[in-house]
Amino acid sequence: MDAEPILEVTDLHTHFFTEEGELPAVNGVSFSLGRGRTLALVGESGCGKTVTSYSILRLVQKPGRIVGGRIRLRPRTGPPIEVTQLDARDPRLFHLRGGIASMIFQEPIAALSPVHTIGAHLAEALQLHERATDAEARRRGIEMLRKVGISAPETRFDQYPHELSGGMRQRVGIAIALICNPELLIADEPTTALDVTIQAQVLHLIRSLQAELGCSVLLITHDFGVVAQAADDVAVMYLGRIVERGPVRDVIKRPRHPYTQGLLKAIPSLNLGRRLASIPGSVPSLAAIPAGCPFHPRCPHAQAGRCDVGPAPALRSLAPGHDASCLRAEEIAVAADVPSATRA
Amino acid sequence: MKPPLPVQPRDHREGGTGPESAPLLSVRRLSKQFPIHSRGFVKRVIGTVQAVDDVSFDLRPGETLGLVGESGSGKTTTARCILRAITPSAGEIRFRTPDGRVTDLATLPDAMLKPFRPHLQMVFQDPFSSLNPRMQVGQIVGEPLLLQRSASRREIDDRVAEMFRKVGLKPEHRTRYPHAFSGGQRQRIGIARALIMRPSLVVADEAVSALDVSVQAQILNLLKDLQADYSLTYLFVAHNLDVVRHFCDRVAVMYAGRIVELAPTNRLFTSPQHPYTKSLLAAVPWPDPDQPMQLSVSGESVDPSRLPPGCAFHPRCPACFDPCRAQRPELAARGSAAHQVACHLPEVPPA
Repeated sequence: MDAEPILEVTDLHTHFFTEEGELPAVNGVSFSLGRGRTLALVGESGCGKTVTSYSILRLVQKPGRIVGGRIRLRPRTGPPIEVTQLDARDPRLFHLRGGIASMIFQEPIAALSPVHTIGAHLAEALQLHERATDAEARRRGIEMLRKVGISAPETRFDQYPHELSGGMRQRVGIAIALICNPELLIADEPTTALDVTIQAQVLHLIRSLQAELGCSVLLITHDFGVVAQAADDVAVMYLGRIVERGPVRDVIKRPRHPYTQGLLKAIPSLNLGRRLASIPGSVPSLAAIPAGCPFHPRCPHAQAGRCDVGPAPALRSLAPGHDASCLRAEEIAVAADVPSATRA
Repeated sequence: MKPPLPVQPRDHREGGTGPESAPLLSVRRLSKQFPIHSRGFVKRVIGTVQAVDDVSFDLRPGETLGLVGESGSGKTTTARCILRAITPSAGEIRFRTPDGRVTDLATLPDAMLKPFRPHLQMVFQDPFSSLNPRMQVGQIVGEPLLLQRSASRREIDDRVAEMFRKVGLKPEHRTRYPHAFSGGQRQRIGIARALIMRPSLVVADEAVSALDVSVQAQILNLLKDLQADYSLTYLFVAHNLDVVRHFCDRVAVMYAGRIVELAPTNRLFTSPQHPYTKSLLAAVPWPDPDQPMQLSVSGESVDPSRLPPGCAFHPRCPACFDPCRAQRPELAARGSAAHQVACHLPEVPPA
């Protein structure tokens, strides 16, 4: 692993300008992703994890806009790219999307064009980014399909997306994302739509291709199972902010933020034979983010006059590499309540 | 044949919940085939998909049976046959009404099913598409009562309000429309609609799959509470083994339209016998980095329109041997009567 991270996001703000007002979907997010590492962004619907990932590729569309912060990408060759400062028509942005960084989407069927062959999808990326000839594109396309575990790739190359199963389509999505040998792979819920055995195959595939091709992965998920099995580090998001981040093992075994603790206590297999604890209430609207710690109205440890006043608490280091934004992290008892899953 | 009535009374539950009590539902040799039509203007039948094939199981009063399997395994089709949302091709669905009578729903014509409908209800997966956006949620919940003509408007209103409280919604919100509710609240509305008829059997088809984990926990807790309050029996169709392990008393694993293993939950998870069950459990990403998931099965689930001969799992099975290719294994008791497996392999002692 290089000392310099491939991706650095600093105080990112991506807001949506709607009738309800300015909604801070991403509200001051900072993290870095080491070269060759996998970072999971985890959180419930509406926490801003997808908007964060879209911001990195500048895919956020109106009424959304990046209103502040920095996204710095360091390719292996060439100077670092300040993604937020690029003009929407800057050729470097074109080079970035699908070239240096690429994305796997959640719905494999929605991500593929129904009127183009699998081969056309693969060749397009190669011809745009590397000016490959037709023959070259076909050869490399078939090779990539074989690499992602598709049988009879020569036949599949000329088939249309509807002729493939869901698992196959997701493999094609991965093949398209990886064909230009990206340095950063953003995977947005890549296995959510898949069956469990296919999910295991796809997660293994991403892992082994990552080792082979040396890319870094930003994994967007809501599933702590996927986090535990596929990521090195994890950042937990709530209401547009990262509330806890650290190595996967530390965060799952010893969560320091009450929100992370609440999420883990709601997972059935971590709480066998017990009534599931659920986080009271529901996620507030982005139009009415509570003052102080945004989690305080739902937090079992909130203290009046301390957690509900002032600005949102910042992340602070509680252990090497392990940060959380809870003001009372040292005082509240942790870890003991979250046992490990008993193996089947 | 006269339709076996009556619907009332509903305060029953004379049977205990032990295994010796008479089953609420007995499914025997249930099969469902769907025709495959040719393309073009004249749609000839050119083949069939065997969606459900020779499925038999019992549901005891008060228990929760999980039906798990991958997409296309036939779990939803089985559930829909039991509710008679579709008509099975063959087999029996023997349902015991609260008065103790047992009726085979499989062959009953639609018109004669109406008195049975209140007893069998369903909670759907998607809380967004399963609620009519143009109806007030109170109307949605009260509609089954209206259709069954079993109560006056005033009674309906009272029962809707009571049901709203029961599922954790504010009764004064019943004039709102579905869009005003979050996913978890909508699922509560769907549950209220299912329970307003005081059913004895509730089929929950992926009822928590679309929900975030903290909301999922709320809904699972609610379903457990309601089960105790109304002595409900659940058929819980799900693909999430994490949830199934927590929620179900027994689990039936389906593959290619057949039950390949059926066992008490704890036994299934600690001592799985069928190679498919084993590979399924190994593939679960448990939320614990110390328990790495394993890739013990390759390939994808079979195409139900082109089933291989013998055991449908044999092309993917790591332990396949000659009989598997020739002969289809039947579901048979293994170890104990409660644990049934459809596999030619000899018993594997618990690890």
